[in-house]
Amino acid sequence: MSTNKDQKFLLTGNEASAEAAILAGCRYYYGYPITPQNEIMTHMSIRMPQVGGTFIQVESELAAIYMVYGSAAAGGRTMTSSSSPGISLKQEGISYLAGSELPCVIINMQRGGPGLGDISPAQSDYFQAVKGGGHGDYHTIVLAPSSVQEAADLVFDAFDLADCYTNPVMILGDAQLGQMMEPVIFDKKQKTDLSAKTWALTGARGRKRNIVKSFYPVKGELEVFNTKLQKKYREVEAEEVRYEEIDTQNADIVIVAYGTSARICREVLRDAKKKNLKIGMIRPITLWPFPSVIIGRVAERVQSMLTVEMSAGQMIEDVRLSVNGKCPVHFYGRTGGGIPSPKEILNKIIELSTIKEKVTCATS
Amino acid sequence: MEPTYKKPETLIDTPTHYCPGCGHGIVHRLIAEIIDELDIKEKTIGLAPVGCAVLAYNYLDIDMCEAAHGRPPAVATGIKRVHPDNVVFSYQGDGDLAAIGTAEIIHTANRGENITVIFVNNAVYGMTNGQMAPTTLLNQRTLTTPQGRDPIADGYPLRMCEILSIIDGSRFIARTSITSPKNINKAKEMIKKGFQTQIEKRGFSLIEVLSTCPVYWHMTPCESMKYIDDQMTKTFPLGIFKDWEIDN
Repeated sequence: MSTNKDQKFLLTGNEASAEAAILAGCRYYYGYPITPQNEIMTHMSIRMPQVGGTFIQVESELAAIYMVYGSAAAGGRTMTSSSSPGISLKQEGISYLAGSELPCVIINMQRGGPGLGDISPAQSDYFQAVKGGGHGDYHTIVLAPSSVQEAADLVFDAFDLADCYTNPVMILGDAQLGQMMEPVIFDKKQKTDLSAKTWALTGARGRKRNIVKSFYPVKGELEVFNTKLQKKYREVEAEEVRYEEIDTQNADIVIVAYGTSARICREVLRDAKKKNLKIGMIRPITLWPFPSVIIGRVAERVQSMLTVEMSAGQMIEDVRLSVNGKCPVHFYGRTGGGIPSPKEILNKIIELSTIKEKVTCATS
Repeated sequence: MEPTYKKPETLIDTPTHYCPGCGHGIVHRLIAEIIDELDIKEKTIGLAPVGCAVLAYNYLDIDMCEAAHGRPPAVATGIKRVHPDNVVFSYQGDGDLAAIGTAEIIHTANRGENITVIFVNNAVYGMTNGQMAPTTLLNQRTLTTPQGRDPIADGYPLRMCEILSIIDGSRFIARTSITSPKNINKAKEMIKKGFQTQIEKRGFSLIEVLSTCPVYWHMTPCESMKYIDDQMTKTFPLGIFKDWEIDN
């Protein structure tokens, strides 16, 4: 496909993510088949040869993430994609990437778990994505698109973020986002002010040799390095938080939801308005760094918050930490591939409004 | 007066962390000599494994990269695809290459990836105190085979050169040892041929080097060398298993 700036394409989230990666300059893609993200691989197998890039269908997710490690260490823009069980396999490598401060993009189109689970949409890899996932004190930057257009835009930004912070960036989507089709425009521009990759392995010609490693065997060295990593993470937290805030100003109840759940909750907001319920929403776009400050601020002026997730309740822990007791935080979720309907969520909101009335009665 | 035997430029002048009688030092030196002789110091990228040789970058003055246990061929693939004109080699032990990294080495060979693998086989896990390796000989005592390796319980020693030589994508596969000046010279010749195979873009090359681990073999360095000649080579015969030059 040839892309020009004003042209609109009808693509699945998987295809749009893959194309955005190509446009962002990704030239090294390594993947292993797993549903529901196979269209990413398929798209890459067609497009990479067209742009002079590398596509390898690898023997395992483990080897795929380490090919990413190699290409990242060599200074290339590189990506892998998978879905939940495959992402679990990649976690060792993601830890090594973070520990070696290598930039790359990893797409997780989540499916139901644990174990082999199912191939339906789910958001049950939140903990794994935002708390590190593999061993050691580290974070990946986690971006959560809720439309095909946003998937394309965030994949594009992900490569700049990865290079800027020399850190892996994860796109956390799900089966629905990956497989649904929407119109998409590719009009993002690459950052031009990124510093050169002087640390990359290119052969030590005319410079001192480079070593890419995460092993610090001399006592004390690892703590020094980890402290440096943490300093970088604080900088990411200060600079890169992204969220969308909808109608929170006069809201009684504010929903916190991301990705596909947030998409469903948009409809809930419309339905609630018709019933004269004052509902707002905060939609985290970066799941790490988490938009704690805005959630904490909004918590001061609402009666309660409702976290909606396609999981048994994972992001709610970060919402509660952000709220820090300023208001009650409730939960509505479906798990194992279940998708909450707007009606179910609205019923939960109506139930919460009733609780509020009861509380008011009791105290009056 | 011109010295006839000197430190290769690629070898860093530093105290070694390897145990007395360990073979890694010899293999490192051979690699350094070859890099000097082929004049590829500024275009070579090496992969250090998990295991005793993780610190290989303390000794080889070239761009180097660590890789997780078993994954050097995958990391090397990722590097080589970005820099196809650089020389990329991985340095791997027996646990790394023949146990946890079996899938990676087989598929890297099968893709005909244009890299060189130096496979140092000392039949034991040295770094972790001497457990059984996939290449541990039958009846060989290790930390985890205290009565000797029993094929019923522990399986048989894996012959990687033999396995890799039947894969269509491999181009040069050889097994050598470092037990005598003659064998060391032969090992150097084979490793050099591996690098040349890559430089000429002929595809995947692997050189297995039978090496010593006196500490976990519970032998003196001299006994260890003799053990390779008398015992290891019975299970792991030396020789060239595949050679593009002959096959052509």
